[in-house]
Amino acid sequence: MGLFSSILKLSRRRSPWVYVLNAGSCNGCDIEIGSLLSPRYDMEQIGALRQGSPKHADILLITGPLTLRSADAVRSIYAQIPEPKAVVAVGSCPATGNVFAGSPTVEDGVLHVVPVDVFVPGCPPRPQAILAGVQEAAHLLAEGKTGRWHKEKHHE
Amino acid sequence: MPFRIPIGPYHPALEEPYKLSIQSRGEIVEDVTIEVGFVHRGIELLAQRRNYIQDLVLVERVCGICSNIHTLTFCMAAEEIAGMQVPDRARFIRTIMAELERLHSHLLWAGIGSEDIGFQTMFMEIYALREQVMDVLEAISGNRVNYAMNCIGGVNRDITDPEGVLRAVRSIREGIQKTVIPIFTQNRTILGRTRGVGILTRDEAVTYGVVGPIARASGLAIDVRQDFPYAAYEDLGFQIVTQDSCDVTARVVVRALEMLESCRLIEKALLELPGGPIRPSELVTVVPPGETMMRVEAPRGEVVYYLKSDGSDTPARVKIRTPSDLNLPAIRAMARGQALGDMAIIQASVDPCCSCTDR
Repeated sequence: MGLFSSILKLSRRRSPWVYVLNAGSCNGCDIEIGSLLSPRYDMEQIGALRQGSPKHADILLITGPLTLRSADAVRSIYAQIPEPKAVVAVGSCPATGNVFAGSPTVEDGVLHVVPVDVFVPGCPPRPQAILAGVQEAAHLLAEGKTGRWHKEKHHE
Repeated sequence: MPFRIPIGPYHPALEEPYKLSIQSRGEIVEDVTIEVGFVHRGIELLAQRRNYIQDLVLVERVCGICSNIHTLTFCMAAEEIAGMQVPDRARFIRTIMAELERLHSHLLWAGIGSEDIGFQTMFMEIYALREQVMDVLEAISGNRVNYAMNCIGGVNRDITDPEGVLRAVRSIREGIQKTVIPIFTQNRTILGRTRGVGILTRDEAVTYGVVGPIARASGLAIDVRQDFPYAAYEDLGFQIVTQDSCDVTARVVVRALEMLESCRLIEKALLELPGGPIRPSELVTVVPPGETMMRVEAPRGEVVYYLKSDGSDTPARVKIRTPSDLNLPAIRAMARGQALGDMAIIQASVDPCCSCTDR
């Protein structure tokens, strides 16, 4: 059992598969995640692969300030990812709403919908920063320390 | 028996959320319905609550791919109301930035398009080439994506090393000439997946009112850079690119040749870069009362801004109409009668940008 769990831990750290979710982003962060797949930044160097289905993913990359229409989809996609899972909030939008804060159609950040493990700041962050964020999330997955930040929404 | 396949709003092929319901009989697509609005952030409303300086930051984030075009159009509208003259050097720098942005946007599209037809090698080639464009953009503006180059009356940053930029653009042009264009025009895999696929006839293009590369690939010679020249396009002599075969191949070729034209424009603008100031000495914060419409050719087609000012530091109304707004419905005309397996490349050939469409 000890050998099995150490192999499990190693594979969680060395092979994090990611699913990218656009929760109302302007595309800026998405194209920087796209650049991560390119030969220069090469996300596969840390074993990360982009997945088309949340059911195959370990890490959820969220971009965008969470529009009202995407909130349910974010909840449902987060629920579809098997445990253990980590969430990386890419860019300033999922943290605070960024320039869209105060808009009636935007929820100002994803924290009250899903727990977030790593925030990558920037508008948009550089690909190197996103890569570092994915790696940190993979370490948290291996250590079993996910779900760091969570905020329940207070309904008035 | 016909059946309905819902795709999206979150699907693996495209980065952005939009919902496509395909009604098909066997392998043949009978009809599609498109649903957008998942990225609606209420930018037009926010723009009416913030001042002009804040609005420049806001409209830059309408779309992360064509961010420069939005600030450019907004600034040009404000300048027209205020009756301001933009310095020559600023006009040229604006043109260079707009064309660099077109290069990176078309390369991004070419990469995603290749991935959609399963040509992974080409995707890697193109993304490696695109990083060179990103390097140039970063060298000029300091940012890879949202450049923050335009201000009302001019540009924020000067091009301090035109020779260095020129060398980089020449190497990008060589990359496009040696890799992108031969493969997109001769490779059997690409031609096999794109020729005769997703036809949008000239009449349909007029009916749907498509703009940009989609219209030019259906034989319509419309381009704001030619019809209503702005910035420095009149000085540089713009040559329009059109194709008549109306299919995905035509859209691929139009974009590939436009990249070459962009390189030519950038090189010419860098060689003829006039001296002088790049912006007015005083920051413009208030625009006199008035209203205007402004149109600019973004990588995906014509962007229209309506700006109304009441003389304060906050615009009274900002209306944004983006090219994908018109191009997205044309997927319907392209998809009818096509094979289900071609839907990915048909959607990608439109280069839909939902963050633009929804705003």
